[in-house]
Amino acid sequence: MDPTLVGQGLLSGFLFGGVYSLMAVGLTLIFGVMRVVNFAHGDMMVWGMYLAWLLSVRAGIDPYLGFVVCAGALFLLGLVIQRGFVERIVDAPHEMQILLMLGVALVLENAALVAFGPDPARVRSPLSQGTVWIGPLFVDVARLLTFGLAMVLTAALWLFLTRTELGRSMRAAADNPYGARVIGADVPRVYAAAFGVGAACVGAAGALVSPILPFQPASGLGLSVTSFNIVIIGGMGSLPGAFVGGILVSVAESMGAVFLSPSMKELVSFGLLIAILLFRPAGLFGRTAS
Amino acid sequence: MSLVKLLVLLAVAMLAALPWVVGSYLVTVMIFIFFYAYLGQAWNIVGGYAGQLSAGHAAFVGIGGYASALLSMRLGLSPWIGMWIGGVLAAALGAVIGYLGFRFGLRGFYFVLLTVAFAEICRVIALNVDAVGGALGLYITFTGNPRQFQFQDNRAYYYVALVLMLAATAVVREIERRRFGAYLTAIRQDESACEALGVDTLRVKMLAMILSSFLTGLGGTFYAYYLFSLQPNAVFGIPLSVEIVIRPIVGGAGTVMGPLLGSFILSPLAELSRTYLAQSGWTGVHLIVYGLLLIAVVLFLPQGAYPALRRLARRRA
Repeated sequence: MDPTLVGQGLLSGFLFGGVYSLMAVGLTLIFGVMRVVNFAHGDMMVWGMYLAWLLSVRAGIDPYLGFVVCAGALFLLGLVIQRGFVERIVDAPHEMQILLMLGVALVLENAALVAFGPDPARVRSPLSQGTVWIGPLFVDVARLLTFGLAMVLTAALWLFLTRTELGRSMRAAADNPYGARVIGADVPRVYAAAFGVGAACVGAAGALVSPILPFQPASGLGLSVTSFNIVIIGGMGSLPGAFVGGILVSVAESMGAVFLSPSMKELVSFGLLIAILLFRPAGLFGRTAS
Repeated sequence: MSLVKLLVLLAVAMLAALPWVVGSYLVTVMIFIFFYAYLGQAWNIVGGYAGQLSAGHAAFVGIGGYASALLSMRLGLSPWIGMWIGGVLAAALGAVIGYLGFRFGLRGFYFVLLTVAFAEICRVIALNVDAVGGALGLYITFTGNPRQFQFQDNRAYYYVALVLMLAATAVVREIERRRFGAYLTAIRQDESACEALGVDTLRVKMLAMILSSFLTGLGGTFYAYYLFSLQPNAVFGIPLSVEIVIRPIVGGAGTVMGPLLGSFILSPLAELSRTYLAQSGWTGVHLIVYGLLLIAVVLFLPQGAYPALRRLARRRA
């Protein structure tokens, strides 16, 4: 195998991993705080992509600026879903939560299908033309920008969770919802904020990835599965786990594409998912399996 | 009790007579109602009664369909025999999934993911192995020979689907009346307590999974020989799994009548929107309706429509 090709794969996998990390951090935040698995996560991401596309086509706003709007819109969507539906089933059996979120996923995916049609779309970003050479390897500016902004957002989220009152209450509620209530945290508000912030993360991730990844309404499912993969590898509810897991899975995927055929890549990720479910359900950074 | 029996007999007689009085479009709609009720009933055993939420049942339809179609195309084996082999193969996969899931204690979300992952692996394999048709899938040539599970008259398919639905319903009713059914319900309600009382829960769940996947696999042959084509994305894909799961849940999971009621509610809806909306580019509309229904059922009728109807009937009485 050509070492340059492998190096190229490692580098682009690593850079792409930034988006995976951001997406998975959103999922794990929602799960950590509420113990609800957001089956609509990938579909929310697709909506982030289409919003970026709309902003770019209709208003000429570059996705690398428009992602702020997408994050805001998805924050509101997350808030609505949380207040309207999820709040009522936080204490319901897992099966009910799964079915509810599947319903939300179906609505989001097919609303995108009705609104935008089934054909793949892609956002053009004038900010990201060109490539940079690092020794024998090249990087497109788009990937670099996407990675950089995803890192900035993840860092901002970390600051929010560690330095602000609301962020600390979220982590408290994730650790021990009952305890958080005892010490006076406004748990319903914390839940709503967590769902909103988680959705904003994935919305921003969608917008940031829209210039380098073609998408269609049906992409949501694959993205959801990838997110589940990452958070399970990282440990459900663990933020550092989701961050590292995102980079790891992305590098593994691009190595799979280098060494195996692209169709085999999917087999690798599903095989990985099964192996981790069976042998390390708590993930790399998780404490206990539920 | 005899009144109920009489009503059931009357309903079956009416369904048997129906294709001779209504038009062929309605017969087609009824075939879909029966067939999806059948699949929902098969899922109901493990997903409803035992409460093990499998979201990968499409894989069993796919394996059953592919097996009987390939056996017929390559070896000339009649699908009437091939369907049983397809069912056994589907049951074998069900046993593998069930054993891994139950033995390793995967519950809730983790079990859902395991079943999805297996179904997706089947889909990717079917897409990429040219010996089983690859991305093009399999096309069955129409001969109209009843020995080949092919009929000139739509009404023959109607009766096959009706028999499938009634047979699966009889099986589920029989399960419900036996100790086995009580074990399944007990596992759904409190697995640890059930185990503490000495029930071999692994064995019971395995039996439920195997029976459920076997019946679903049999259905695969009907799918193949009614539609005359097997497309990997359609037959192994998550959308079919959702179609299978949603009917018993809307109708009432873990009840005998739930899958039938769910199918009578949802299948005409899906069929109508496919006929009238898909042509005008509104392909996703019926799935939006499904999604909204799922949300509404979880929030307002978590037990499903059938138990709610029964409560209503009792209050009247």
